[in-house]
Amino acid sequence: MAEVRAEMVANVWKVLVSEGDHVEDGDTLVILESMKMEIPVLAETAGVISKLHVAEGDVVQEDELIAEIS
Amino acid sequence: MFDSVLIANRGEIARRVIRTARRMGLKAIAVYSDVDADLPYVREADEAVYLGEPAPAQSYLDSTLLLDVARSTGAAAVHPGYGFLAESAGFAQAVIGAGLIWVGPDPAAIEQMGDKIRARNLMAAAGVPVAPGSAAPVADADAAVAEASLIGYPVMVKAAAGGGGIGMSAAFDDAALRKAFDTARSRAERFFGSPEILLERYLPRARHVEVQILGLPDGRVVALGERDCSVQRRHQKVAEETPSPGVSPDLRARMLAAAVRAGEAVGYQGAGTVECLVDTETGEFVFLEMNTRLQVEHPVTELVTGIDLVEQQFLIAAGSTVTFDASAPVVPTGHALELRVYAEDPKRFLPSPGPITAWSEPAGPGVRVDAGYAAGTTVTPFYDPLLAKLCVAGATREEALARARAAVAEFRVEGPKTNLPFHAELLDNAEFVSGDYDTGLVSRMRQS
Repeated sequence: MAEVRAEMVANVWKVLVSEGDHVEDGDTLVILESMKMEIPVLAETAGVISKLHVAEGDVVQEDELIAEIS
Repeated sequence: MFDSVLIANRGEIARRVIRTARRMGLKAIAVYSDVDADLPYVREADEAVYLGEPAPAQSYLDSTLLLDVARSTGAAAVHPGYGFLAESAGFAQAVIGAGLIWVGPDPAAIEQMGDKIRARNLMAAAGVPVAPGSAAPVADADAAVAEASLIGYPVMVKAAAGGGGIGMSAAFDDAALRKAFDTARSRAERFFGSPEILLERYLPRARHVEVQILGLPDGRVVALGERDCSVQRRHQKVAEETPSPGVSPDLRARMLAAAVRAGEAVGYQGAGTVECLVDTETGEFVFLEMNTRLQVEHPVTELVTGIDLVEQQFLIAAGSTVTFDASAPVVPTGHALELRVYAEDPKRFLPSPGPITAWSEPAGPGVRVDAGYAAGTTVTPFYDPLLAKLCVAGATREEALARARAAVAEFRVEGPKTNLPFHAELLDNAEFVSGDYDTGLVSRMRQS
């Protein structure tokens, strides 16, 4: 299982996947926004989204869990 | 002269404007959102009024709220800084409609220059060179492909109402153009409230050089030299210098004359900046856009001319005479650099908000720091990542670079990651040091 975590404090602008979706390595999972910049969060492994921890509009802290891929 | 001014902004630029306002004996009124209450500019204002929630739409972009504060505090004038509502013709009009002085150009000039397509057409008509590109908004991706075949690849895709490099990207073929068009359109709608897109010939080897102008109350427009802003990441400026090492005296004379014509074409009043691209292969320049406000990097011009641009803005807004002799060309002395200190990691340039635990600014001959933060304050994710502008002047470029290296080494910020290590790297980069660089410099630094 792979965990996808936030690299910085940010607002969750877009969530592009749902639990159960199959993703490829490099797919964009969510787009964060911080300091007027959009930061795409990518899958670093192929697999199925087993758990999604954020929704659009949430604020994530640095190192907070965004999604789990198994 | 009016006696008080509301500064409709935050951070370093609010502080910068407050400093000159107070020196001139004006009452400086600041506004702040929840998360900005502890910042230095709030303390240094004569009066500070709470605005609202941190989100810009509930604070610094809420024109109704700002006008309420202006009324309740009895402010005589409004200075917008840069960003937020600085280039909103609607806000400028509302300020004037409320019987207050707008420290900026006529709303009509803001509107004409705010639409990049209109601005291009207007400049072309005024005899200012423009790059091959759109004369009307591009309807869809198919129309973009058709237009690109006329302009010739590569093309730059931009939001007509845009700024700050957001949503902008270069395309080298049809497939990339379709993708770039869709991205630009979605960002244009989201960030600028207008989906209009234009294409322009993209110059892969270009310098970004801009001219500072001042439109005087008597209708004259004067140019105060140029600034080279070619050190960019994500199409956003990171460091600037004046004079530009890539501009010959002849090119400078032609650019300054074109910038004056650009200002005259819209009856420009106050401080404005005419941005151009200089093709490093042909040595020719084209108009890019005009910023109808004080520019972030204005301090480098102040350092080589000795002219306080904010003071001139206030004087022009009041219909008074500027502090320098506008009938003779302004001759700059020495060389100046500005390094933008951002809260971002120095390798990938990703934002790094957080509390500032230590902050110690450099000082010394030729060093000026315009800072928005201090120790004990917090950088939040709601606004842009600019922490401070480290500005350095010297008699020569070499001296300015040497002083800048020492100043960067001395600047201590702990807490958020900053790009200070990037600036140290830049100041030792052979291409930058040679002066012979272009807008591709930072990406080349990160590829190697």
